Amino acid sequence: MSRSRQQKKHSWIAPSLAVVASLWLAALSNAAVSDVSAAVLAAQQARVEAIDQASQATVAVFDAEGGGGGSGVIISPDGFTLTNFHVVAPCGPAMKCGLPDGRLYDAVIVGVDPVGDLALIQLLGRDDFPVATLGDSDQVAVGDWVFAAGNPFLLADDFRPTISYGMVSGVHRYQFPAGTLLEYADCIQTDAAINPGNSGGPLFNAAGKLVGINGRGSFEKRGRVNVGVGYAISINQALRFLGHLKSGRIVDHASLGAIVSTVETGKVVVDDILETSDIYRRGVRYGDEIVRFAGRPTPSANALKNALGVYPSGWPAPLTYRRDGETYETAVRLPRLHDQAELTEMVQQEQAKPAERPDQNPGDPEEPQPGETPPKQGDKSPHARGEKGPMPEAVRQRYEPRRGYANYWYNQQAQERLIQEYEATAPPAPADYQWEIRGELPDGQEVVLRTGAEQSEMRMPWGKSAAQFDGDLTEQISPPRSGGLLVALHLWQRLLEKGPRQFGEVYYLGELPATVGGPPRDCLVGIYAGVEARFFFNQETGDLMKIEAYLADDRDPCELTFADYGMLDGRRRPVHWIVEEGDHLFADLHVQSWKQGDEESTEDPQTEAP
Amino acid sequence: MRRKSLLALIVASLLLSLAAIGSATPPYEAIREGQRRTVKIYGAGGRRQLEAYQTGILISPEGHVLTALSYVLDADEVTVVLDDGRRLRGQWLGSDPVLELAVLKLPTEGETLPYFALEEAPTLEVGERVLALSNLYGIAVGAEPVSVLQGVVSAIVPLAARRGRFQANYRGPVYVVDAQANNPGAAGGALVNWQGQLAGILGKELRSDLTGAWLHYALPVDALYDSVQAMLEGETVDPSELDLPSPDTPLTARRLGVLLTPDLLPRTPPFIDAIVPGSAAAAAGLRPDDLIVFVGAEPTASCREVGKALGQFDESDQVQVSVLRDGQLMEFSLRGAN
Repeated sequence: MSRSRQQKKHSWIAPSLAVVASLWLAALSNAAVSDVSAAVLAAQQARVEAIDQASQATVAVFDAEGGGGGSGVIISPDGFTLTNFHVVAPCGPAMKCGLPDGRLYDAVIVGVDPVGDLALIQLLGRDDFPVATLGDSDQVAVGDWVFAAGNPFLLADDFRPTISYGMVSGVHRYQFPAGTLLEYADCIQTDAAINPGNSGGPLFNAAGKLVGINGRGSFEKRGRVNVGVGYAISINQALRFLGHLKSGRIVDHASLGAIVSTVETGKVVVDDILETSDIYRRGVRYGDEIVRFAGRPTPSANALKNALGVYPSGWPAPLTYRRDGETYETAVRLPRLHDQAELTEMVQQEQAKPAERPDQNPGDPEEPQPGETPPKQGDKSPHARGEKGPMPEAVRQRYEPRRGYANYWYNQQAQERLIQEYEATAPPAPADYQWEIRGELPDGQEVVLRTGAEQSEMRMPWGKSAAQFDGDLTEQISPPRSGGLLVALHLWQRLLEKGPRQFGEVYYLGELPATVGGPPRDCLVGIYAGVEARFFFNQETGDLMKIEAYLADDRDPCELTFADYGMLDGRRRPVHWIVEEGDHLFADLHVQSWKQGDEESTEDPQTEAP
Repeated sequence: MRRKSLLALIVASLLLSLAAIGSATPPYEAIREGQRRTVKIYGAGGRRQLEAYQTGILISPEGHVLTALSYVLDADEVTVVLDDGRRLRGQWLGSDPVLELAVLKLPTEGETLPYFALEEAPTLEVGERVLALSNLYGIAVGAEPVSVLQGVVSAIVPLAARRGRFQANYRGPVYVVDAQANNPGAAGGALVNWQGQLAGILGKELRSDLTGAWLHYALPVDALYDSVQAMLEGETVDPSELDLPSPDTPLTARRLGVLLTPDLLPRTPPFIDAIVPGSAAAAAGLRPDDLIVFVGAEPTASCREVGKALGQFDESDQVQVSVLRDGQLMEFSLRGAN
């Protein structure tokens, strides 16, 4: 075996045909001895190669003292690594991670998703980490061959992962959360052995592509060892959360805003609905049947939970419902499952639990059983969180604690990157609040917009509206039925003038689609004077694509979409605006002119007659 | 050099065609067909470690379901859920206490259901690849397909197993498999070959007589065919008429090193009077004055009930004992003999 490994290593650089030939020769020589068909040997060789390649990106995760731990998988050369929340929760901000090359790397927490049991960490010290090849978990089918890689029972001293091979036993499985955390929705069930220590490690398909993150098994009465039923979080769910996890936040899952139940075979009905929720404003009422959600049929409450559980909060998703035989299509912005303070509290409780000790004998009476009081983490224990001795320098440089965040450092980095990229693509004029914008509606009628630091006004063919910016902005919902366009523009101006550090409360939300079915966009949130504004940026161009201003929790926001950019007044500006409030299109505006600065405007907005 | 690359080219094309044969392409169709013929069964149970669900297989187009004879069927209403999610009420037709199998009939008049043909059952050989289809752990609900596990036939041997202190009634040959097939809820599931043909039915959870390890096995169709024909005719055998294997070595409190308070009243509260030093109970941490409230899944209100509940276990079994100590519920795991 070692001889053929050697041979294979050399053949990496040889042309592919030569690879096949050498494999064939190896197969032939083996065949002479063992009388095994060349096809079987070739299949074995393909399997060995898939495992060998996949192993390179498999990580053994330990806490800062090298104890506890689990597994993980590297997904980018700069060291970003997916693992389970329940693996890193007891570790604090710093971890030690072993790679199959036998080296131990420092790693820092980046972001956590406690509901979905996911966490993102970053391995430090290299920019050429081996990465896993991503697969598409939507294509995983029952019967597929898969293999798990990881460090069960912390067996590997040299960090080379243990491989367990098996079959996909079920897809779209739903496994209930403990309370509201650690919910496995739409997960992959496999009979590949998943044992304590495999948690957070990768599940690969037969071709060695990453399709899931192992994290859970059905154990029940037989102790904490594999009984042929392991569960992996689908990689597509993990990637949907990845853009959020990179924000350094404690990421929340979505809820629906309504409670449903299965009334008879194949029918899910709304039992209760929050009148302040988006789903209510989109027209869904008590007693309506939910037919499809996010592109999937929902014949049972379980199916709906499965479809919902894979989305971060705030995600927009299509919804089909039925009432009196009529079918309606709409889209809802999914509210968050938890209050942020409540979620932070839950995470702190998880962090206070002792690290998983997969190296302990399963069923060992010393092992804390679920429901038992965890050993006191007092002054005696060196494992207590935050008292793990000096933090490695590399970790210290990339860690900033802040309530509500796993690691605020990453959030701040993202804020600054976004603003820099935006300013690079559309160099703003010296920031000020004095804009005069003239545009045209589809029917050729004119719209005039004049903004200022204290007040703005908008003149439309059907009337004029103004908004004042002293104090609470939540009442300045003008023009009527725009959702608060003048406030949205004011907050945009404020972001340009003050920057993210002086704006008020600003944070990077992560990647979120700006429209239903659209690609995820970088989303920056700013909160000022009671109003929350979401700024969506195009990652490729740096352009600001959309502003959403939420003047109240129970109202539809003003949605201002910049559908096109062009040159105006010597600068690159958004020239096509679409303004919406809920399902109502307020204005489709093509901008004709854009004056900025103290230039004396011909009309004075404060004295003009209505 | 040229000749070498030409040779390589030929070899490569040869290999590609062979690789398809050698790579053991999963039998997707056999799995899906098998899932359609497997049903989820819900009935009595639901307490700790007594799951209220198991699996069954359709053995006729008219809706005859073969399943394990167990407490799950001991309910007024036994619900059978088909692969398409339909919920039907299973009617008792017959049972066999030796094989521990039962046949139910579904009310599907004039409908043709997919089913496993017992007549076409293959005889498996050791080393043959198999699939185990079942609703283990009750993972699948409604129209969700049952789980599939894969493995090979490890051995074909007489069953030497027990459940607690009771020996398995059936002692004939079984297919022992290396898939972890016989989990909670799996009993009554299908063991099929890679062509999707039914070879056996997954048995109830049993442990090896010899080692105490959980067994993964299936009763071969050959061994149950005649009995199924009798059950289809409505034959129900009363277990008391049979000469079933008697219990071996039941577990007792004394065996664990627990001395209970003298049993003087009709319902003496089962307080621990003393612990034998060096015993399993001492090692586990049980103490005098602990009140035993649960043995395994059984609530124990009296000394007599403790004795009865312990007697369900063999002395070599691991048993969970829950006690009330200073108002707190505490659970201990111990075993009489090693």
